[in-house]
Amino acid sequence: MTEPIVNDLTIQAATVNGSGSQTANLVLTRAIFHMGIPVAPKNVFPSNIEGLPTWYQLRITPEGHMARSDKVDILVAFNVATWREDLKTVRPGGVVIHEEAFSTADTRTDVTYYAVPFAKLAKAKIQSDTLRKQLANMIYVGVVAGVLGIPWEALEHGVRRQFLSKPKAVQVNLDAIKVGFDYWQDNFSKQDPYRLEPMTGVVEGKVLVEGNQAAAIGALMGGVTVVAWYPITPSSSLCEYLIAYADRFRANGDSEKRISVVQAEDELAAVGMAIGAGWAGARAMTSTSGPGISLMAEFSGLAYYAEVPVVIFDIQRIGPSTGLPTRTSQADIGFVYTLSHGDTKHLVLLPGTVEECYEFARDAFDHADRFQTPVFVLSDLDLGMNLWMTPEFKYPEKPFDRGKVLSKDDLEKLAGEWARYRDIDGDGVTYRTLPGTDHVAAGYFTRGSGHDENARYTEGADAYARNMDRLARKLETARHALPAPVADESGQKVGLIAFGSTHAAVVEARETVKVDYLRVRALPLSDEVARFVSRHERVYVVEQNRDGQLYDLVRLALPPQLVDRVRSVRHYNGQPIPAAAIIEPLSQQEMVPA
Amino acid sequence: MSATVNHVGLPRDAYKGAATTLCAGCGHNSITNHMIKALYELGVEPHMLAKMSGIGCSSKTPAYFVESAHGFNGVHGRMPALTTGAHLANRQLIMLGVSGDGDTASIGLGQFMHLIRRNVDCTYIIEDNGTYGLTKGQFSATADLGSVQKKGAVNTFQPIDPCAVALALGCSFVARSFSGDGKQVVPLIKAAIAHRGTAILDIISPCVTFNDHDGSTKSYSWVKDHEESIADVSFIPFFEEVHVDYEPGTVRDVRLHDGSHIVLKKLGEDHDPTDRRAAIRVIEEGRAEGHLVTGLLYVDTEMNDFATTEQIPARPLKDMGEEDLRLSREDFAQFMSEFA
Repeated sequence: MTEPIVNDLTIQAATVNGSGSQTANLVLTRAIFHMGIPVAPKNVFPSNIEGLPTWYQLRITPEGHMARSDKVDILVAFNVATWREDLKTVRPGGVVIHEEAFSTADTRTDVTYYAVPFAKLAKAKIQSDTLRKQLANMIYVGVVAGVLGIPWEALEHGVRRQFLSKPKAVQVNLDAIKVGFDYWQDNFSKQDPYRLEPMTGVVEGKVLVEGNQAAAIGALMGGVTVVAWYPITPSSSLCEYLIAYADRFRANGDSEKRISVVQAEDELAAVGMAIGAGWAGARAMTSTSGPGISLMAEFSGLAYYAEVPVVIFDIQRIGPSTGLPTRTSQADIGFVYTLSHGDTKHLVLLPGTVEECYEFARDAFDHADRFQTPVFVLSDLDLGMNLWMTPEFKYPEKPFDRGKVLSKDDLEKLAGEWARYRDIDGDGVTYRTLPGTDHVAAGYFTRGSGHDENARYTEGADAYARNMDRLARKLETARHALPAPVADESGQKVGLIAFGSTHAAVVEARETVKVDYLRVRALPLSDEVARFVSRHERVYVVEQNRDGQLYDLVRLALPPQLVDRVRSVRHYNGQPIPAAAIIEPLSQQEMVPA
Repeated sequence: MSATVNHVGLPRDAYKGAATTLCAGCGHNSITNHMIKALYELGVEPHMLAKMSGIGCSSKTPAYFVESAHGFNGVHGRMPALTTGAHLANRQLIMLGVSGDGDTASIGLGQFMHLIRRNVDCTYIIEDNGTYGLTKGQFSATADLGSVQKKGAVNTFQPIDPCAVALALGCSFVARSFSGDGKQVVPLIKAAIAHRGTAILDIISPCVTFNDHDGSTKSYSWVKDHEESIADVSFIPFFEEVHVDYEPGTVRDVRLHDGSHIVLKKLGEDHDPTDRRAAIRVIEEGRAEGHLVTGLLYVDTEMNDFATTEQIPARPLKDMGEEDLRLSREDFAQFMSEFA
């Protein structure tokens, strides 16, 4: 046997959608995390309720790499339909745990096989007819635990944690795991080098959270009170978590809730409700994905022109619904930035970690209120729907920033002298009043493009141009208030720019290729982008879309003499970008020392 | 000598708005005047009124009454969504939506129906002229089959009747009237505002420029000749005493949630406004006989409105702060520990 490989391996479970395999995968993930070992799960699932193939990748590295691995060390082959293809993905020397009934004729000889009669074991050992199919998945958890040496105590923790709200389910699941665990002990001897050993130093103080969960917690702590949404993968879970948290944290007994979460009839209505609520003074949001963003285009333009605060989450996925709606992408960034007709341009927050999903979701409401405009939070399926290891979120130390809102007292002090769209402070941000303000001068008429400083109707050319210039000034003020890019530099010649979930792959790639890094976290882009490019001979913009949308935005933000320094690295197959997709092009083009 | 004031101490002028920019003689201008009268007599506090609208001639009119109130001229057909959101933010506001037949029955039909389905507490006035005015006279979806356009084109499609749709959906308040019939429109507006839930008021409002000719079923002369009121409507607000001086059996009295009364005086056949099937039948019979049936068609005073169903507190959500909305430091720490 070769040298042992400890805590550095990728497990891939190939199963059937809707069979309960996700629960088994999560138990395994939580058990390994409980051993102090960093985990990075990626769920690759179809647009389907039951029957189509699904894969769960559980990456384990001592450093805590969070990006998808492009290599499989241990395959759990549970789906006969994909078995032959799945086998090809295993690296030489890897392990294949498979259903004994699968044909092994003409299979590879460079991997270790553990053939387990899962179906027979399930039939013989699991008494409940109704639960057999689901619990059969737990048997493989037991086998994997046997192969890798996961202690029973960790498995118990994984099951208990997974079934926090269903303690009755704990024992039957543990029993099923035991079936697999015992089968491995009784029938196999270890033939492969892979092992898991408890460790310390990386996971302490960390938790496992999905980006959509994090965003829901952020919205809750940011004081959202009106949420309107329409179901769409991969965004739905954000609002579903909010509903669950609202029931727990925003209910006054059984009679009142300090939040309203409305399932609208479509995305048009969803964003319309949120804009209506924002206009009337509530902190309001909607959450959707690309096709929903398309439907929100008209209303987003109205909110931009009429200057109404609203927070819009876009959990990006691949385009139209028919095809790959359950695969990840970063291809909405260009669309969202200028969404709608006319001279619209929006504030866009670009969280790159789950911690930022929490923080940016929370702070988005401050930005929206402060700048009286739609604020988009651009996450994606990978970030939003997978569990990520993260430091515990910090309690907010700042109160809400409700922006420039005039109260009855303010209006009395001003003797009613105010104008909704007059720029008193020179920052482009004007004062507003809310319906219900008990002063005769409080009311004004809100409409889209045609209004003067006093919100009176006009189609006057000068008034329109003046207003557009002020809106540009407002955007410029906002640009400096949004999260600044994060730079990590050590005087390299080559730099790299990325945003969002690509961050994880960049962090890992930089262990191999020596490059400086600037992670942008908001649009419009910070001046720091041009400064970063000016400090480097060449800068690669890495992103998960076909046409290099951020690459285009970066070049537009540069003075002409810097434009040629920028190059583009793109990954767009629907799978989360692995580090290799950055290392390979950079190694080829730069011959940077590997 | 002081000017006459209403029960909140405001003169009628406090309910006026900017000068209209619609055509002289437009039915919508009459409705604006009825609105001013109704709001003044009801004593609605202007700062608590939210005037909502979509796009079209009708949707411009909120600028022409109660200038000191907040108004929101939104996007085409989406007034219901804006209204729903604003109402959730502050359920103390009086939500008054103004829409048209294109805004409601074509581009906004989905939102119209879902507003009704939720029973959002608001008044929804349709200024219904069967035509697209601002875009110069195309048929709208409420135009009757066979009705003739100004230049002679004949409408070949069945109309969508907003009242029939509302009734089919179980809307809690459905009424129809005619812009030229102030005696009926004013009490219906008051009743719609006092009603708790979605109140649909379809007001036939002739377009003098594009749809007031022979062959149109939305012209002044056609409506005058074919209007058939099912009952005389009067409205007695909660702050006034009820005087009933009718013969027994000739009136129906509907008590609303806020203590106001709608008093309906029988005209021809007795119509029970709490019988939804009867309301549908009255509309269908009117249509078959070539009449425009007006009046209060249906009201359900018991149905829960949306904010009640949603458990929204009386204190506006917009006024809630960190202490109401954020987890405490201890709860947050406990919550985070559950993710370990």
